[in-house]
Amino acid sequence: MTAAEPAIEASGLVKTFGETRALDGVDLVVPTGGVYGFLGPNGAGKTTTVRVLATLLQPDAGTARVLGHDLIREADEIRARMSLTGQYASVDEQLTGSENLVLLGRLLGFTKAEAAERGAQLLDAFDLADAAGRQVKTYSGGMRRRLDIAASLIVTPDLLFLDEPTTGLDPRSRNQVWEIIRSLVEAGTTVLLTTQYLEEADRLADRVAVIDRGRIVAEGTPGELKSSVGSGAVHVRLAEAGQRSEAERILARVIGGQVHLAAEPDALSVASSDPERVGAALVELSRAGVAVSGYRLAEPSMDEVFLALTGHPVEVDEKGAEEDAA
Amino acid sequence: MTSSTTATDADRPAGAALITRTRPKRPGALATSWTFAWRALLKIKHDPDQLYSSFILPIMFTLVFTFLFGGALAGSTGDYLQFLMPGILVMTVIMINMYTGISLNTDITKGIFDRFRGLSIWRPGILAGALLGDVLRYAIALVVVTVLGVLLGFRPAGGVLGVLGAFLFLQLFAFCLGWMWNAAGLVLKSPESVNQLSSMVLFPLVFASNVFVLPDTMPGWLAAVVNANPITHAVTTVRGLTAGDLTSGQLLGGLVACAALLVIFAPLSMYLFRAKSLR
Repeated sequence: MTAAEPAIEASGLVKTFGETRALDGVDLVVPTGGVYGFLGPNGAGKTTTVRVLATLLQPDAGTARVLGHDLIREADEIRARMSLTGQYASVDEQLTGSENLVLLGRLLGFTKAEAAERGAQLLDAFDLADAAGRQVKTYSGGMRRRLDIAASLIVTPDLLFLDEPTTGLDPRSRNQVWEIIRSLVEAGTTVLLTTQYLEEADRLADRVAVIDRGRIVAEGTPGELKSSVGSGAVHVRLAEAGQRSEAERILARVIGGQVHLAAEPDALSVASSDPERVGAALVELSRAGVAVSGYRLAEPSMDEVFLALTGHPVEVDEKGAEEDAA
Repeated sequence: MTSSTTATDADRPAGAALITRTRPKRPGALATSWTFAWRALLKIKHDPDQLYSSFILPIMFTLVFTFLFGGALAGSTGDYLQFLMPGILVMTVIMINMYTGISLNTDITKGIFDRFRGLSIWRPGILAGALLGDVLRYAIALVVVTVLGVLLGFRPAGGVLGVLGAFLFLQLFAFCLGWMWNAAGLVLKSPESVNQLSSMVLFPLVFASNVFVLPDTMPGWLAAVVNANPITHAVTTVRGLTAGDLTSGQLLGGLVACAALLVIFAPLSMYLFRAKSLR
């Protein structure tokens, strides 16, 4: 594999479960290195795509090369160099944390002593050393998830699939997972990360693909996606709520477009990508005696991006329910 | 590593410790199977209750059939016990055997099966290793049930060697029959449905065999069913071994039953294993 070759190159992937077309022609190019965000609501096909690319599920149609190997004919070569941490902690609950890592280490070919040493190293790095001798069924959700990720790193993979690694985690555990991802990327691992959290994709991913109903509907850097949706917006807060209808008229006249009245009675916003117009509008407000207590120019949020791209808002399921029948 | 304003030192894993690209040589078929067997042994260590519960049914059947029906069936409870115990030993391994399917199905539903499938390993080792790990389970259960039988008056004419031979044969039989439960574990939706299927299949199979009575007094069609039942041939072989009068024909019958189970269900299991990637 040359440095220029992408980590993943998929074209026309189709997978149907009965009547459901879970993947409806997925084309994807994931460059080597960095974090690639894979974004979409529940049931959009994220998990199915990951399971196909991780050689767990055969596509009905389409081709893919992963780490330079053919997905179907060279699945074993791919498995030797990639790891997958699924949506559910795929560790043995009856075994201890340490035993889980030793088990996987030995399956990779380490001796018992080497596997134990590597396991201890990882448990330490993942803040699980104290729980090493406890059965996993006594672990909290965050601990399980960390152990699950540790289990994927016994040998650092060239490609790591993380399927919703932070769904249902508290903020501290989420930060820990983010830090782990950053360390891995620095070491040269390509990470494909699925998430329902737009903020997560925005913060971690170098590039993002948005999947909806089994198709990729947008692809690019988070910045490109935002600008493809068009303008940002100016949010204005008034000193007196009673002047909002007057402010609305002025903003509509100077900036144009649909003025949006916020839930708070003293706030309103309007889409605009032109800072000069915004400046002019603020001057007009001041001339008309409408006192402004604050204003802010903002890029569209990933939520707005998502709404614009798919035509429906993100449905976040806190429990991380099964995405599809896979 | 780049510092993040949101993470405290405790939040930050020791980045360097995470990275190692030294990849040892891929282990062979035996090493892989042995590692999965080790996993099965760890489960016995952590969860011995399942082991204890597997004795209860065979012990209950021994007591009920010996003391309640034994006199009527064989003239005296003592005579019936000599006849019954080899069958109870077969029943013992069969009852433990179905846990193979339940464990496999639990692995699939809980997700760890996907982790194993995502590794570059000798795949049959996942299934074969679990069966090997059960060897200890069977050995313990067989000793416990045999000791109970001896206490009640079971006196195998084949002596210690005959009993050990029977244990050996039963380990082989259990390994072969285990593939049936592997297949069931791969097909069914949940561990509970494997459990339900096992009670639906096992009780008829055990009763429609020669565990409790010989088929001589049964109607012809039922005798035919009993004689086609692999459990019947296993019981006949174990009876011969413990009594010390095993004929080569009986041994052959037992071995053919084992071979038939293996030849049908091992390839079927591996086919179903591969088909997992299609659904």
